[in-house]
Amino acid sequence: MTPMLSVVDLVKHYPAPGGKSVLALDGVSFSLARGEIFGIVGESGCGKSTLARTLMRLATASSGRILYEGEDVMAARGRALKRLRGEIQMVFQDPFGSLNPRHTIERIIGEPLVVHNRPGRAARVRELLDLIGLPQSAASRLPHQFSGGQRQRIAIARALALSPKIIIADEAVSALDVSIQSQIINLLAQLRRDLGLAIIFISHDLSVVRHLSDRIGVMYFGRFVEQASAADLFAAPRHPYTRALISAVPKLPGAAGGPCGKRIVLSGDVPNLAHRPGGCLFHPRCYIAQDRCQKDVPPLAATRPDKPDWLSACHYADEIDGLVAETASENR
Amino acid sequence: MSLPATAATTKQVVLAVDGLRLEARIGALVEDVSLALEEGEMMGLVGESGSGKTITALSILGLLPAAAVRHAAGDIRFRGRPLSGLSEAEFNAIRGRDIAMIFQEPMTSLNPIMTIGAQIGEVLEIHRGLSGTARRDEVLRLLELVGLPASPDQLDRYPFQLSGGQRQRVMIAMAIACEPAVLIADEPTTALDVTIQAQILELIARMRERFGMACLLVTHDLGVVAETCDTVAVMYAGRVVEQGPVAAVFRTPLHRYTEALLRSIPAANPPGVSLPAIPGTVPAPGARPPGCAFADRCGAVIARCRADLPPRITRDDRVAYCWNPAA
Repeated sequence: MTPMLSVVDLVKHYPAPGGKSVLALDGVSFSLARGEIFGIVGESGCGKSTLARTLMRLATASSGRILYEGEDVMAARGRALKRLRGEIQMVFQDPFGSLNPRHTIERIIGEPLVVHNRPGRAARVRELLDLIGLPQSAASRLPHQFSGGQRQRIAIARALALSPKIIIADEAVSALDVSIQSQIINLLAQLRRDLGLAIIFISHDLSVVRHLSDRIGVMYFGRFVEQASAADLFAAPRHPYTRALISAVPKLPGAAGGPCGKRIVLSGDVPNLAHRPGGCLFHPRCYIAQDRCQKDVPPLAATRPDKPDWLSACHYADEIDGLVAETASENR
Repeated sequence: MSLPATAATTKQVVLAVDGLRLEARIGALVEDVSLALEEGEMMGLVGESGSGKTITALSILGLLPAAAVRHAAGDIRFRGRPLSGLSEAEFNAIRGRDIAMIFQEPMTSLNPIMTIGAQIGEVLEIHRGLSGTARRDEVLRLLELVGLPASPDQLDRYPFQLSGGQRQRVMIAMAIACEPAVLIADEPTTALDVTIQAQILELIARMRERFGMACLLVTHDLGVVAETCDTVAVMYAGRVVEQGPVAAVFRTPLHRYTEALLRSIPAANPPGVSLPAIPGTVPAPGARPPGCAFADRCGAVIARCRADLPPRITRDDRVAYCWNPAA
C-alpha cells in the first residue's frame, strides 16, 4: 500500500551566529498510512517540533522531499499550497496561547472556512461542536470562559473544520491535567476511528504515545534512531537510547515494566545542537558504546529479517541484550 | 520503598501542618489540610492544577503572596515550633537552613545576573558564616555533590549558560548547602526531559540518604510518586482527600477520586483501549459545591455526597474522606 504521506531525507538548517548553521533535522524519513497514528517521541531539541513545522510548511526544509498523495508538498505554491494546508492541519500544545482571546468560539472554529471560502459555516461549526463534545451554547462564548481541556477541544475542532486527512498534534495533551488528558486522548482516538484521520502525534510522554500510536518513531539529535510498531518498540527496543528512554519513565505499581527492568540513568545532558559529536550521535551518552560508534554513523535500517518495518540506527541492534547485560554486570 | 508501620512510629515528626485554611478574595483555596512529615520521610503531595498543592507548600515557608492570600486558620510546626506568625527575620533564619525549597522552573528561581558561585556562596555566607576560600571550597564541594563539574571556572558561569537539568542541580546545591531537615520540592522535574528527570530524582534520593533529609515532593506525576515516595497525600479542590503509604494507596485507593485518577491514566490501561476518563473538570475555588467537591465527577456518588462534607475514614495507617469509599 502506498503511504498517504512520505517524508524522505528531510534536512533543516537554521542559521546560527558567526555564519554557522545548526542542523535541526538531519535526514529524517518516515511514512504515514491512511488512518494511522504515528507517534514521535524524543527530548527537547531532538527536532520533533521542527519536523512538525516543516511538514506544515511553517518552516522551509533545506532539502529532502515531502510527498502527500504523491504530490510534492515542498514545491507547492499559491492555490496548491492552500489546498494542501486544508488536508494537513495542526493542533498545538498551549490551548491558552493558540486561541485568540477576543474572538468567539464560533469565529475561531469557523475561521478556516472563511479563509478557504467554504460555504455553510454556521452549520459546520455546530457539527464540529457536537463532534468534539461541547454544547452548542459554546459558540457565542470567548476562550477565557473555558477550561484548558475544553480549549484544547476547541483547537481540535478548528483543526477539523476543513475535514483534513492528517492532523499533526504537537504536545497536544502535555499542558493538560492528568484527568483531562485522558479525555483528549480518547477524543483523538475516536476521531481517528470515526473520520479515518491519520495523526502524527508528537509528545515527550512515552506512556501517552504508546497508548495512542500504531507505530512510533524515536528521535534523537535531529534523526530517527528507531521506528517500530508500538507493541514491538516497547516489548524489545533495539536502540540503547530507546531503551534508556523507556526505562526512565517512572512506573506505577503493577504497570508493565517492559523489558528494560532496572532503570538506565543516562549520564550527560540532552543534546546541544551546536555541538555535534562524530559517528553515532548518541555515543557520548551511550552505555554500550564501542570504538566503532565514535567513527561510523549507523544508518536507520531494518535489523530484523522477520520485521522489515522495524528500523534501528545502531551498529549493535542485534547484540543489544547481551551488551546491556554486560554493562549492568560491570557496574555491579 | 515505604517504611513498615512499626518503624515509622518511632520516628519524630519534623514538619506538621494541622487544619490549614488559606483564603483569597474568590474564596477558600485550601481547607482543613493536615500533613505530618517524619524524619527522612519522602511524601508526595499530588493533585491537579488548582488543587492547592503549591500554595500549601508555599505557606509552609511563609511565602504566600501577602496581599492576595490569607492564612485564615491552622498551624504549621517545625519540630514542634509554630511557624505561623514568625517575623520575616525569624523566617529568614529558618528558610534555607532548616527547611529549603526548590521550584519547577530553575531559570526563573535563580538570579539571572549572579554567577552560580555567588548564588550558592550567598547561602553559605548567610547561614553558615563562610567567606573567602572556605566559602569557595564549600561551593566547589557542593557542585561536586550534585554532579556538576567542580572546576573553578564553573563558579563564574551564569544561569543562562546552563541547561535546565544543570540549573536544577544548582538549585539543589543551594537547597542542601545547610543540610536542611526538610526539603520542599515543587514540581522539580516537570520542566525537564525524562532522562534528566531520572538523574534529578536519583540525586534527591542520594541527598536524602546522606543527610536523612525529609522531603515533601509536590507533583502531578503519579509515576514519580510511586517510584520515589514513602507516603502520599492526594489533594482535590483544596482538600487532602486521601493519604497513606504509597504502595497501599496505589494498590487499593479508598477515595473515589484517587481510584478514578489511577484508572484513567494511559499507563494503567492496555494500549489502544478507550481510557476510563474522569468526566467534567475540577471546580474552581469559590465555585466548590457543598459536600464532596468530587461528587459531580464521581461514578459512585450517593445522595449524601452532595449534601454533607465526607467523613474521615481510616484503614490501618491510611486516611480518606469519602461517603462511599472504594475499599
